[in-house]
Amino acid sequence: MSQSACCQGAALSEILTDDQRNALDAIIAEHRNSPADLISVLHEAQELVGYLPQEVQVRVAEGLGVPISEVYGVVTFYSLFATRPRGKFKISLCNGTACYVRGAPRVLDRLERELGVKPGDTSADGLFSLDVVRCLGACGLGPVMTVNADVHARLKPDRLGGLLDGYRRTEGQ
Amino acid sequence: MNSIALTIDGRPVKAAPGTTVLEAAATLGINIPTLCYLKDVNELGSCRICMVDVKGARTLQAACVTPVAEGMEVATSTPRTLRARRTNLELILSDHPQECLTCIRNQNCELQALAEAMGLRESPYEGKMSCHPEDWSTPSLARNPAKCVLCRRCVSVCQKVQGVHAIQTMERGFDTVVAPAFHLPLGEVACVLCGQCSLVCPTGAIHERSQVEEVWAALADPGRHVVVQTAPATRVSLGEEFGMVPGSIVTGKLVAALRRLGFDRVFDTDFTADLTIMEEGYELIRRLKEGGALPLFTSCSPGWIKFVEHFYPKLLPNLSTCKSPQQMFGALAKTYYADKAGIPPDRVYVVSIMPCTAKKFEAVRPEMNVGGTRDVDAVLTTRELGRMLREAGVDFAALPEEDYDRPFGISTGAAAIFGATGGVMEAALRTAYEVVTGKALGNLNIETVRGLEGIKEVSIDLDGLTLKAAVAHGLGNARRLVELVARGETDYHFIEIMCCPGGCIGGGGQSIPTDAEIRQRRMDAIYTVDERMTIRKSHENPAVLTLYEEFLGEPLGLRSHELLHTHYQPRSLYPGRRESK
Ligand code: SF4
Ligand code: SF4
Ligand code: FES
Repeated sequence: MSQSACCQGAALSEILTDDQRNALDAIIAEHRNSPADLISVLHEAQELVGYLPQEVQVRVAEGLGVPISEVYGVVTFYSLFATRPRGKFKISLCNGTACYVRGAPRVLDRLERELGVKPGDTSADGLFSLDVVRCLGACGLGPVMTVNADVHARLKPDRLGGLLDGYRRTEGQ
Repeated sequence: MNSIALTIDGRPVKAAPGTTVLEAAATLGINIPTLCYLKDVNELGSCRICMVDVKGARTLQAACVTPVAEGMEVATSTPRTLRARRTNLELILSDHPQECLTCIRNQNCELQALAEAMGLRESPYEGKMSCHPEDWSTPSLARNPAKCVLCRRCVSVCQKVQGVHAIQTMERGFDTVVAPAFHLPLGEVACVLCGQCSLVCPTGAIHERSQVEEVWAALADPGRHVVVQTAPATRVSLGEEFGMVPGSIVTGKLVAALRRLGFDRVFDTDFTADLTIMEEGYELIRRLKEGGALPLFTSCSPGWIKFVEHFYPKLLPNLSTCKSPQQMFGALAKTYYADKAGIPPDRVYVVSIMPCTAKKFEAVRPEMNVGGTRDVDAVLTTRELGRMLREAGVDFAALPEEDYDRPFGISTGAAAIFGATGGVMEAALRTAYEVVTGKALGNLNIETVRGLEGIKEVSIDLDGLTLKAAVAHGLGNARRLVELVARGETDYHFIEIMCCPGGCIGGGGQSIPTDAEIRQRRMDAIYTVDERMTIRKSHENPAVLTLYEEFLGEPLGLRSHELLHTHYQPRSLYPGRRESK
């Protein structure tokens, strides 16, 4: 749901460290002119950088010989790819039918207010990113969300503030 | 050939293996409705409008992607298929703005036609509507994704036929949208503005950017002397805007129609097409004799020019420096003509009637001017002229045949064929042969460069020098040819490229629909126009000769250099990058 990409037009040097840039070039060099490797290269690039800014996508497009429109199409099609830096804590709120019925919209509303972000975005302090995902498969426990590997079930809007504070504290330590 | 026997609606039919049920049904006169299907280009089976019942199959099948099979029994109009088609259409309409009355495609929209044919009387589904911003970033085309039905025809044309890949389906699920990379506006990516996407869009989601209002205003302004030029290909397509059969030759009616609208002079781009042959022909001869980048590529097609600027900037020196006939016309209208007619150049307003959306972009290129005045002030596509004439209530079919004004209305058959792929080459060869050898060409028809073959070759003996030439149309074909050239695998001297499939007769600003059969008919008509002309060689155009005598001096002379030639610039291939590699 990224309407505009982050870091538009920024030079690669402003986004990546020298080491990252060299590593990225090495990944691309291995797959030079192999359009079929697009998804795996994007995956490796994201592992390296944490997300896929515009300049990284352009670099991949150029190296693999894939049109940039197609690279961007793939990046935005698969939810595993991110076009913005992700937060330290990645929140994925389930929007499956059961969670929806059990109040996921109200949870989302509160999360948006607490964090000051919309789904797909990262909070200004860089700590939390928020995503709405398809069914997580814990329908009996809804509404459900995950924060990195932790699962939080039977969410209540009023308790979200405390829950987020818990994560803020672990960061402080 | 072994053929496959099946029945459709109880009637036996034989079809070649690989034929689809849709095509087989058409041979029986059964037109199964379609939306996403575009023959040979977009055969995805995604819209599910063409559903048919195949005996023994568990579910309804999409006729456009279902191949015929021996003994197959197909029913096309059963209660089940009709209901399924309607439901699918209703679902598409539930996310489509119901703005038909004010839409640029009103009465020429496939979605509207389907709703009419299926007798929809209400849209029962309500829900969230997609919301994507409109895109007015280019002078040629506008996008309105709210009207997009995600058929992907435009994407397929841009990728498979043009090889440009400017647009793609982005995001997923309800958020899916057809857009350029990073959701950038079209004007900020490597799009060549050919308009082939607008030609195949079934709705008003991608369309030409109309300049009709500007032209009405100019016509109403008593201070302006408004002259109009008509591109070769428009005389074999404008009739379709008024229900005439494709391939109708309407040159005389076109002239009469433009007079009815109030243009002060009705001239012909064919005149400057002849002039282009002189300038480009001498440029070729000069490069052959004195050295210079070879092969020489033609430069009349602005989509092709932009393509080279984005994708092959290293080949810019190979492009002919000749402005296109449209721009040569404008430059001369505001100098030679204005002077001759005793009208101050800044009062002259030049309108072009073009089969092309990229021409709108060409007209506003900053270098296309004479002493600060734009060569061409407004460009109308065939479709826009059709609309203007309907607005003015011109009874097109009843118009008499009238002649172009002089002197820029005088032209030859060689100029007319500029409208079809191979035409510029044929015109150039007719002149090059006679100018170089001093001998008359026996047969003027150079058949090897005609027709819809993607890449064509010809060589011609010019008294000892064998001139090798090639022709490509549609940028996908052009790219294949250019790759060979870039790798140094060819020894061509001269290459004609037209951006659109079939050449200008299949241009992105032409009447909708434009398909392979319609292209062929318009092409046949173009060659008929040529045959009917008294003069069929550009260098024999008396008005062109007078122009050189009175004004230009000689081809490639000082005045020509100033008015008729131009230069190009590299453009970036990637957003956020300054140059391409
Ligand atoms: S104008 Fe041509 S290049 Fe641009 S998006 Fe449309 S089809 Fe592609
Ligand atoms: S813009 Fe037009 S052609 Fe392209 S996908 Fe949408 S409806 Fe189809
Ligand atoms: S026309 Fe057959 S699925 Fe769209």
